[in-house]
Amino acid sequence: MVNADLRERAWAAAASVSDPEIPVLSIADLGVLRDVQMAGDVVEVTITPTYSGCPAMNMIQVDIETALAVAGFGLVQVKTVLSPAWTTDWMTQDGRDKLLEYGIAPPAGSAGRRALFGQDVVACPRCGSSNTSRIAEFGSTSCKALWRCEACREPFDYFKCH
Amino acid sequence: MSAALIVEAPTSALARYALRRADDALILGHRLSEWSAMAPTLEEEMALSNMALDLIGQSRSLYSYAGEVEGKGQKEDDFAYMRRERDYQNILLVERPNGDFAQTMLRQFFFAAFAYPYWLAMMRSTDATLAAIAAKSEKEIAYHLRHSSEWLLRLGDGTEESHRRLAEALVELWPYTGELFAVLPDETALIQSGVAVDPDSLRGEWEGSVREVLERATLAMPSGGWMHQGGREGRHSEHLGHLFAELQYVPRMIPGAEW
Repeated sequence: MVNADLRERAWAAAASVSDPEIPVLSIADLGVLRDVQMAGDVVEVTITPTYSGCPAMNMIQVDIETALAVAGFGLVQVKTVLSPAWTTDWMTQDGRDKLLEYGIAPPAGSAGRRALFGQDVVACPRCGSSNTSRIAEFGSTSCKALWRCEACREPFDYFKCH
Repeated sequence: MSAALIVEAPTSALARYALRRADDALILGHRLSEWSAMAPTLEEEMALSNMALDLIGQSRSLYSYAGEVEGKGQKEDDFAYMRRERDYQNILLVERPNGDFAQTMLRQFFFAAFAYPYWLAMMRSTDATLAAIAAKSEKEIAYHLRHSSEWLLRLGDGTEESHRRLAEALVELWPYTGELFAVLPDETALIQSGVAVDPDSLRGEWEGSVREVLERATLAMPSGGWMHQGGREGRHSEHLGHLFAELQYVPRMIPGAEW
């Protein structure tokens, strides 16, 4: 098999790994998977953390190694890079659609400078109303905040713009 | 596997610089983690734990880099767990006990109001790794700054009781803010070469944020006065040893433990 085909197969295997905390998203949808290269027989996978303290990174690395082993790649090196810093702007449209369907409001707009007391406008993932309010800036994972819809009264998770 | 029970401080100025910032983040992160299962509400429980996680994550990147620069095989855990108290060079502010919620939030605010412009400026560091760590950290600290600011407003401009507590916290913690701007002799060359930022250049912005938030919280901005110092030189308050009793307990009981 030529190198480009191998690389494509390796990418597909790595890209099939889902985020352990939001399993509806793959690490490719999230923008955590940055690169897959073939160096001889070795697959070199580059990933980047969403937040510095993201506890899912170790598990993602193990899952990548497993997925590649299943696809027939025995030699895998997973490298973590910090730069450029991960941003929700890298999330694919497919990923945003999947989040919404799952009941998590996708990041609203693009990541920019935040004013000291600024706040995003977030639409309810269930009824679509923009009449929503923030319950807490921090949620069950680093990347989410807790919101509530004032129209349908449902609480929901919001994937923060970052 | 056995491991060294005492890991010496690094000798390289760059490694020491990274280590001091790592110590600030680790100790403050550990303090916030002490709130786990004790926070006033479930939402605040998650907020404090999230902020702790951000800071401990930042410290891991900085400790790893210090080990890489020093080049003697030290890993992040060696620096985090196996140094003597005197070899930790965090500022005294971050080792202050949590006190009540007002003290915790004011400590967080004082730190974040500095760390936010600090990491923004460090994104232009001539050291590529520090610049990369800065780009991640500034985004995370922005949340800490906003979260703590909003709490200061609610506490200061809230009930008589919450106002009194925040006012007392201000008297207690203000004298620990001077050390945010301390520069050690081995840092001057790093500042001149553009690796590090001169903290004095951030003073205007820090004071601006503090004044704005305190005034909106109906509290007067203190001015100057005598300031505690010593943490950056390894002279700590009695509180840090008690923190280590928890932080270092497992790695010292079971050297080389992994999980």
